[in-house]
Amino acid sequence: MAAVETAVKGGFSDWRLRRQSAIEESRYNVRVFLRDKLAVAGLMVIVGTVLIAIFAGYLAPYPDQGRGNSDMQNRLQGPSAKNIMGTDQQGRDVLSRVMFGARIPLIISTVVTAGVLLVGVPLGGIAGYFGGWIDEAVMRITDIFLAFPALVLALALVAFLGANLRNVAIALVVTWWPWYSRLVRGMAISLRERPYVLAAKTMGVGHFAIIRRHILPNTIGPVIVQMTVDVGSVILEVAALSFIGLGAKPPTPEWGLMVSDGREYILSAWWLSTFAGIGIFGLVLAYNLVGDALRDVLDPRLKR
Amino acid sequence: MAGRTTASAAAASEGGSTGAAPPGRPVLEIEDLRVEFRSLRGVVKALNGVNLTVHEREIVGLVGESGCGKTVTGYSVLGLLPKPQAQVTGGRILFNGEDLVEKSARELRTLTGKVISMVFQDPLASLNPVLSVGEQISRVIRAHKDVKKKEALEAARTAIVATDLPGTDSLLKSYPHQLSGGMRQRVCMAMAISCGSALLIADEPTTALDVTIQMQILTLLLELRERLGVAQVLITHNVGVAARTCDRIAVMYAGNVVEDGPTAEVLKRPRHPYTVALIECLPQGKKADQLQTIPGTVPDLIAPPPGCRFHERCWRVLDVCRDVLPTPIEVARDHWTACHWVQREIAGERRSDARSERAGEGEG
Amino acid sequence: MALLTVAHLTVHFKIRRGLTRRSTDVVHAADDVSLTIEKGETLALVGESGSGKTTVAHAVLGLNRPQSGSIVFHGRDVLSLPRRERRAARRGMQVVFQDPYSSLNPRMTVHDLVTEPLTVGATMKGDDLNARVVSLLEMVGLGTQHLWRRPHEFSGGQCQRIAIARALAVQPELLVLDEPTAALDVSVQARILTLLNRLQKELTLSYLFIAHDLAVVESIATQVAVMYLGTIVELAPTDVLFADARHPYTLALLASVPSPDPDIRTERAAITGDVPSAIDPPKGCRFHPRCRFRMEVCDQEVPPLVTHEGRALACHLPDDFDLSAEQKAARRARATVAVEEPARRRARPRPGDQVTMPKMRRRW
Repeated sequence: MAAVETAVKGGFSDWRLRRQSAIEESRYNVRVFLRDKLAVAGLMVIVGTVLIAIFAGYLAPYPDQGRGNSDMQNRLQGPSAKNIMGTDQQGRDVLSRVMFGARIPLIISTVVTAGVLLVGVPLGGIAGYFGGWIDEAVMRITDIFLAFPALVLALALVAFLGANLRNVAIALVVTWWPWYSRLVRGMAISLRERPYVLAAKTMGVGHFAIIRRHILPNTIGPVIVQMTVDVGSVILEVAALSFIGLGAKPPTPEWGLMVSDGREYILSAWWLSTFAGIGIFGLVLAYNLVGDALRDVLDPRLKR
Repeated sequence: MAGRTTASAAAASEGGSTGAAPPGRPVLEIEDLRVEFRSLRGVVKALNGVNLTVHEREIVGLVGESGCGKTVTGYSVLGLLPKPQAQVTGGRILFNGEDLVEKSARELRTLTGKVISMVFQDPLASLNPVLSVGEQISRVIRAHKDVKKKEALEAARTAIVATDLPGTDSLLKSYPHQLSGGMRQRVCMAMAISCGSALLIADEPTTALDVTIQMQILTLLLELRERLGVAQVLITHNVGVAARTCDRIAVMYAGNVVEDGPTAEVLKRPRHPYTVALIECLPQGKKADQLQTIPGTVPDLIAPPPGCRFHERCWRVLDVCRDVLPTPIEVARDHWTACHWVQREIAGERRSDARSERAGEGEG
Repeated sequence: MALLTVAHLTVHFKIRRGLTRRSTDVVHAADDVSLTIEKGETLALVGESGSGKTTVAHAVLGLNRPQSGSIVFHGRDVLSLPRRERRAARRGMQVVFQDPYSSLNPRMTVHDLVTEPLTVGATMKGDDLNARVVSLLEMVGLGTQHLWRRPHEFSGGQCQRIAIARALAVQPELLVLDEPTAALDVSVQARILTLLNRLQKELTLSYLFIAHDLAVVESIATQVAVMYLGTIVELAPTDVLFADARHPYTLALLASVPSPDPDIRTERAAITGDVPSAIDPPKGCRFHPRCRFRMEVCDQEVPPLVTHEGRALACHLPDDFDLSAEQKAARRARATVAVEEPARRRARPRPGDQVTMPKMRRRW
C-alpha cells in the first residue's frame, strides 16, 4: 500500500507525471512535424525573423538609420559592400530598415491573432453550444461583418478611428473575429452531441463549464491551423494598410510602408521596395507552410 | 499445403455440415500469407502465415475479435491494403490457380468487382450518395463488360432482383439515402454479384443492421450461394452469425488461423484453447455470474512472440509454445488446429493406442 | 417503493424543415411508456432502431424534454420539478454510453475524467479527492499507473471501465447503461458484464440496461421490456420472457437471433420488411403491418398495456396468460416464418429466380 501511496502522491504533486501523456503526445507531434521539410524551413524562417526583429538593434549595420535617421548624402545607392541592400531615398541603409521593419508586422499580427482568438472562439463556442436564439444572434452579427470585404472594412474603421497602428490592430481584430466564430460554432454544434458532453450534463456540470472544459479544448486543432494561415494574411493587411498610408507612418520602418515608399523608384532603384517585399512574401509563405504541416500533425492523430 | 487440399477433397465428397451439395474444387487458397504494416511506432506484423481455403459454393466464416487480422486478410485478397504502409511479405493468394499477390494493380482490377467482390460493413458509406442505385450498379457492370447503358441497366435490374429487392424502375432510380439499412446492404450485394462473381467476401455485412434485418441478409447470403453458386468468405466477430451461415469456420487470433473446420465440428468440439475460451465467453444461456473471461490481452503486434501468439494467455501453455509457431494439424476429418498442446495430446493418444509398454509414455 | 417509476412517458421531436424552419413533421419517439425498476434490479430495454429505447433512457436522464408523463425517482416526479431542482433530484443516476472512446473527453486525463462529477456542487478537495479516485479505479480493476493517461492510450474495455468509474464517483443508485458492450469484443464484453454484475451486488445498484443483443440481456437482466416503434409491447421477468414470450414481435425477435450453438438451427426466422418510420407510425397497433396474427381491430385501436402477475403485454390477441404448451408452440410457429433453408432444398429454380446471369456468365 505504501508503494501505491507514493505513486499516487507522486502523481498528484509531480506536474511532470501528470502531464506525461501530453508530453508524449507533443513529442510525437513534433516528430510528425519534422517530417515535413518545407515546414521546418518555414519554421526556421519565422524564428529567424523573430530573432532578427528582437535583436535588430545589435544586428543591423546602421541601427540609427534603421530607426529612421537619414543620411542624405548617401541617397539611392545601389547594393554594395557598404550597404548590402543599398540605401533608400533618405539615405538610410535598406538592410537595417528591413530588420527593424520586421517588428511591426510581427507584433501587430501577434496582437491581432490573440485578440481574434479571445473574442471569436468563445463567441463561436457559446453560439454553437446553446443554439437557438443565441446562435441566431451571433451568427447574424458575424454575417454582417463577413459581408464586407475585409480590407475595405478595415480601411473604413481605421479611417474612422484615426490612422495609427493601434487602430489598425483594433480594426483587424474587428474584421477577423467572425471567421473564427463561424469555425468554432460549426465544431461546437457537432461536439455538443458527443457522449462525453451528454455525460457531463448528466453529472450536472454547468453550461459554461462544459463549454470551457469539453467544447473549446476540442476545437483547438482546426483553430490553430486556421491561425497560422491567417497570420500571414494579417501581415499582408497590415502591410497593405501601411501601403496606402493608414498604418505605420514614416519614418517608422515597416515593410508595407517601405514597399509603398519605393513605388516611385521601382524602375530606377528597385532595391527600395524589393527587399521589403521579399520579407513580406517570405514570412507569409513560411506561416502557410507551417500551417499546412500543423494540419497534418493534428488531423491523422485519430488514426493512431 | 498439399496435405490440406486432399483432406478437404475427402471431406468434400462427404458433404458439408449443412447438407449442401458437396463443395467443389478450391476457388481461393491463401497459403502462408504474411502482411506487415509500417507505422510510426514500428512494423506491425499483422498477418503471420494465414492459411485459408474456400471451395466452390462454400461459405467460410472468418471469425475473430478485433485486431486478429480477419479484415486485413479479406482486404489483401482484393488488393485493398493501403499501399505504402502495408506490404505482403510472404505467402500466396491463389484464385483459381493464379497468385493474386504477384499481380499488378491493373491486373487485379480486372478481377475485383467482376470475379471477386466485396461487401463492407457500412452500406451507407459503400454507396455513392449522388448516384442512383441503378446508375451505380450499371457503372460497375460497364467497368467490366463492354455493354451499352441500356443493357447494363437491365443487368443491374437482374442483380437487384437476385437480392430479393423489387426490380422496379422506382427502386433503380432511388438514391441510397432513401433506402433503409437492409435495402442498402442488398444493393451493395447486388453490385457485388452483378458481374457474376465466383467469390464474395463480406466484411461484417450485418454488424450495422438490426437483428431482424440481419437475419434477412444472412438468409440472402445462403440463397445467393444456392442460386448463383457464389462462394463466400464471411468475416465476422459474431459467432452466432457464423454458425447460422457458414459451412466452415476459421478462427483467427493475432494474425494466425488457429482453428479451421466444419462449423458444427468447431463449435461443438473446439480444440484450440482460444476457440474453447472464446466460446466460453459467449453470454448465450449463461447467467452473469457464470460468464467466463480470457485473462490477459492481445499481444503487441509490433513485437510479437516468435512462437504461438496466444501462449501468454493460454492455460495449456508449454515451453515450446513460446518459441515455435505451431503448424496446423488435422484433429478430425477436415478439422485443423495449430496448437502444440493438441499436437502432443494427439501424439499421446496415438501412442497409447499403440499400447506402448513403456511407462511414462503416452503423456501429453 | 420502487427506485424508478416511469409512467406514460411520451416524447415527440419536431423536425424543422425549410428556410423558415417551421416544424412540419413530428417524430413519435416514445409514446405512453411505463416501467418500474426496483432497488438492485436490472431492467433491460430491448428494441431495434427506431424503437425509442435510447429516447426513453435520455428522458430518464434529463437529456430531452418529454411532452407528458412522469419520471418518479426516489419518490419525486422529476419532470414536475422546477428546472433548477431537476439536476439535483437526478443526482442519484448516472450514465455509461456505448462508445467507450467518444464518451470520454480525449483531452482529459483519467484523473480529471473520473473526478469531474465530484467538481459539481459540494466539492471534495485534496487528500479526500485523491483517495476517492484511487478507490474508484480499484473498484473497476484499473491501477494508479493509469491515472495520468488519456483515453486514446487505452483499449475499448479499459475505457469502458473508466466510464464506469466515473459514473460511480457520486455514488449513484441507478445506472443507465446504453449498450455498454455493443462496441466491445466478446471476451472484453464478458469482463465488463462480470464487472457490472459484481458492482451491482457490492453497491446495490439498479441498472437500466439498453441492449439489442438478446443473449446479453438474458444473462444480466431481471426484467425485460421489449419496445417497438416507441411503445412497449411486452414486459416480463427475464426467464418468463425467454421461455414464454407472447407478443408476436417478441417472438419474431427471439427467433431472429442467430445462435452460436450449431444444434439450434434457426428454422424460424425473421419478419419481413423494415421498421416503418416513426414520423408517421401505423394507426392502431404499430406492429400490425408486419404481424402475422393481424386482426381487424389491430389497425384501428391501440392495444392497451395489460399487466398480469408481473408481466405486461400490449396486444389484441386474446390472452388469458395461461396458455398450454401446445398453444405456446403454435403461437411461436405462427409468429415466424419458416426459413426455407436453401442448403436443405434440392436446387430447384423458383419462378423469378435467376439461376444464371444472362450474358454475364463467363468462364474464368
